[in-house]
Amino acid sequence: MNNLLEVNNVSKYFGDFKALNNVSVSIPKGSIFGLLGPNGAGKTTLIRIVNQITMPDAGSVVLDGEALSQKHIMDIGYLPEERGLYKSMKVGEQAIYLAQLKGLSKAEAKKRLKYWFERLEIGDWWNKKIQELSKGMAQKIQFVVTVLHEPKLLIFDEPFSGFDPINANLIKDEILRLRENGATVIFSTHRMESVEELCDDIALIHKSNKILDGKLVDVKRQFKINTFEVGIRSNNQLELEKEISEKFSVSKANFKTLEDELKLNIKINPGENPNDLLNYLTQKGEVSHFVELIPSVNDIFIQAVNNS
Amino acid sequence: MNHLPLIIKREYLTKVKNKSFIIMTFLSPLIFITFIAVIAYLTQLNNDKVKVISVLDDSGLVRHVFKSTEHTAYNNLEGMSLNDAKALVQESEGYGLLYISKVSEGPIKSKNVTFYSEESPSITLISAIENKIQTELTLQNRIHEGIDVEKLEASKVQIEINQESFKGEKTSKVDSVVKLIFGGAAGYLLFMFIIIYGNMIMRSVIEEKTSRIIEVIISSVKPVQLMLGKIIGTSLAGISQFVIWIILGGVLMTVASFVLGVDLAQMQTPQQQMVEQAMATPEINSEIQNIVTAFFNLPLLNLITAFILFFICGYLLYSSLYAAIGAAVDNETDTQQFMLPILMPLVLAVYIGIFTVIEDPHGTVSTVFSFIPFTSPVVMLMRIPFGVPIWQQVVSLIILIGTFMFTVWFAAKIYRVGILMYGKKPSYKELIKWIKY
Repeated sequence: MNNLLEVNNVSKYFGDFKALNNVSVSIPKGSIFGLLGPNGAGKTTLIRIVNQITMPDAGSVVLDGEALSQKHIMDIGYLPEERGLYKSMKVGEQAIYLAQLKGLSKAEAKKRLKYWFERLEIGDWWNKKIQELSKGMAQKIQFVVTVLHEPKLLIFDEPFSGFDPINANLIKDEILRLRENGATVIFSTHRMESVEELCDDIALIHKSNKILDGKLVDVKRQFKINTFEVGIRSNNQLELEKEISEKFSVSKANFKTLEDELKLNIKINPGENPNDLLNYLTQKGEVSHFVELIPSVNDIFIQAVNNS
Repeated sequence: MNHLPLIIKREYLTKVKNKSFIIMTFLSPLIFITFIAVIAYLTQLNNDKVKVISVLDDSGLVRHVFKSTEHTAYNNLEGMSLNDAKALVQESEGYGLLYISKVSEGPIKSKNVTFYSEESPSITLISAIENKIQTELTLQNRIHEGIDVEKLEASKVQIEINQESFKGEKTSKVDSVVKLIFGGAAGYLLFMFIIIYGNMIMRSVIEEKTSRIIEVIISSVKPVQLMLGKIIGTSLAGISQFVIWIILGGVLMTVASFVLGVDLAQMQTPQQQMVEQAMATPEINSEIQNIVTAFFNLPLLNLITAFILFFICGYLLYSSLYAAIGAAVDNETDTQQFMLPILMPLVLAVYIGIFTVIEDPHGTVSTVFSFIPFTSPVVMLMRIPFGVPIWQQVVSLIILIGTFMFTVWFAAKIYRVGILMYGKKPSYKELIKWIKY
C-alpha cells in the first residue's frame, strides 16, 4: 500500500449541477499533495467528500486500505477555507472541545495543547476569548486544533491566508515537520509559489473534471517546452540573431547579465539533443548563459486550464 | 463515535454561562414581581381614598339605605334645592351628587334618579348604587302589595346540579374550572417554551454559520448529531431557566407581599373574578375543599404522562424546524419569511384551545385539531384534563411522533446542506431542491 488515500471514480451532483465528474486521485503516503484548480472547480466538494461531510453519488474513497467510514474521522485533520471559532468561547476550552470531538480524552487534549501552545508561543492566550484575538492569532489556534490529534491525513485549504510572512513561514515549517513525522498532507491553494515549494504531487481539477495529475517533476516534464534561455556574445549580434532565427524558432529573452549580450529563447524540436544546440552556439560566439526553461506551476496551471 | 453528550454539554454550558442569559434568568422574575407589586400597591392606594357622595332624596323613600362604608362616605343632604346641593358638592370637591326627585304618585322610575359629578363616575359605583335602590324599592313594593317577605325568602330554592359521567366519575363546575386552568397552563407553557427556546436554537445555529466554525465541527460529527445536541442542550438550559424562574418568582412574591403589605395572591383580575363567580358556592370552606377534590379528580397520572410526552414531542417537532430555518439563512433578518408558517399553526392551536376546548372539549373542532400534529400538542394538552379516551391520546401521539421523525429528517436535510451555504437567500423552491442533494 503506497497510497494513503485513493479516490476512485467519484461523481457528485447538486441537483442538475455536476460538481465532480468521475474524478480519481491517488495520494502517496508521506507526500505533500497539491490539489489545484480554478475557483468553483470542485476542489472543496472533493475535500468535503474525503471528510465525509458530503457523500459521493458514485465512486468510492479508500483510506489506508480501508473503505472510508465514520471511524476514520479521527485519522483526518481538516483546516477548511471557510473557518472560524466560537467567538465567545475561551481559547483553551474551545480547543479542548474540538479535540474531544476528534476522539481525544480531555486530559490528553490538555497535555498536547500545552505542548503546542508553548511551541508556537501562544501560551498566554489560553483564557482569552476568540473575539479578543486578531485574525492571524485565531488562525494559529485553528492550525493547532487541526493537527492536535495527530491524524494520518492532513487537509489544508488555503492554510496561509491571514498570516503575515513570518507566521506563514512558521506554519510552513510545521507542515514540513508533520510530514517528516509521517503525516500525509493534502494542500489546496491558489498560491502557486507555495505549491512549487512544498508539493511532491499535484492534481488539477477544472470544471468538475481532473485534467492533470502526477508527480510534480513528471508533470513538469510533460509540459516541457524544449526551450533554452541563451546569452551569447558576438561582434555582430544582429547578424547572429538573424542567422539563429533562420535555424530555430526564436523569441526575445529577458534576463539580467553583466555584459550586453544577445539574449534569446531558443526552441528545439522534441527529441533533439540540447548539446547540438550548444555546440552550434559555441561556434558562433561566447556563450555566457545556457539554461533550460522549466515551466512554472503557474504556467502549467494556466496552460492546462486554457487548453481544456 | 457518539459525540452527542459532549455537544449537549457544550451547548448547555455556553447558554448557561452567557451573560444575557444569566441576567434574563435573574432579572425577569424580579421585574415581573415588581411590576405586579407596583400595580397592586397602586390599586390599593386608589381604593384607600374615600369617595364622598352626597345624597339629596326629595322622595324620602331610599335615603336610609345609603350607609357609609370603608371606601365610600354617604352624606345625606336635606331640605336643600338641587342647585344649592350641586354648588355645595362642587365646592367641597365631593365625588358626586345623587339626586332623587320628588315622586307624586307610583314608584320611583329611572327618570327620577340622577347622578351629578365632575368626571364620569366609575361603573362599579353606579351599579352598586343602582343595586341598593332596586333592592329597597322591590322590598317596599312587595310590602305595599301585601306579600309576605319572609315567606318569599324562605321559599327560595338553590340548586346545584351534580355532574356524573356514565362511568361514575363525579364532576362539578369547580372541576371544570380547575381542568381549564390545568389544560390552559400546560398548553400555554408549551407554546411559550417553543417560541422562546426555538428562537434560541435558531440563533445558535446562525451563530455557528456566521462564525464559520461549522465546517470544522461537521468534519468531526454528523450534522444530525450536532442539530440534536443543540436542541437538547438548549432545551435543558431552558428548563433550568424555567425552574429558577418559578423558585425565584415564588420567593420574591412572598418577600414582596411582606414588604409592601399587599397580598398579591389575593389580587384579583377581572378574569379571576369571573372564574370565582362561575364557581360561587355558599361556603368558603367547601369551596376550598371542592378545589382540592377537583384537583384529585383530575386524571393526574394520565395528565402527567401525557404532559411529558406531548411536551417533548411537540417541542422537538417545532425546534427541529427552527434549527432548519437557522441553517437555511445567513442572518436573523432573513428568517422572517420562514417564521410565519411555523408560528401560524402554533397560534391557531392556542386560539382553538382557548375558544373551542373550553366550550366543548370533545366537539369536532377540538377533536380534529388534537390529531393534527402541528396543533395536537397544545390542543391535546388542553383537552386531557376533561378526560380524553386513551386510544385517542395514543393515536394522536403516534401521529405526532411520526411527524416529528419526518420533520427531524427534513430539518436534518436542510440543515446538512444549509449550514455550508453562504451568501444565498434561499427560497422555498431552493429548500425543496436541497432535500434531493
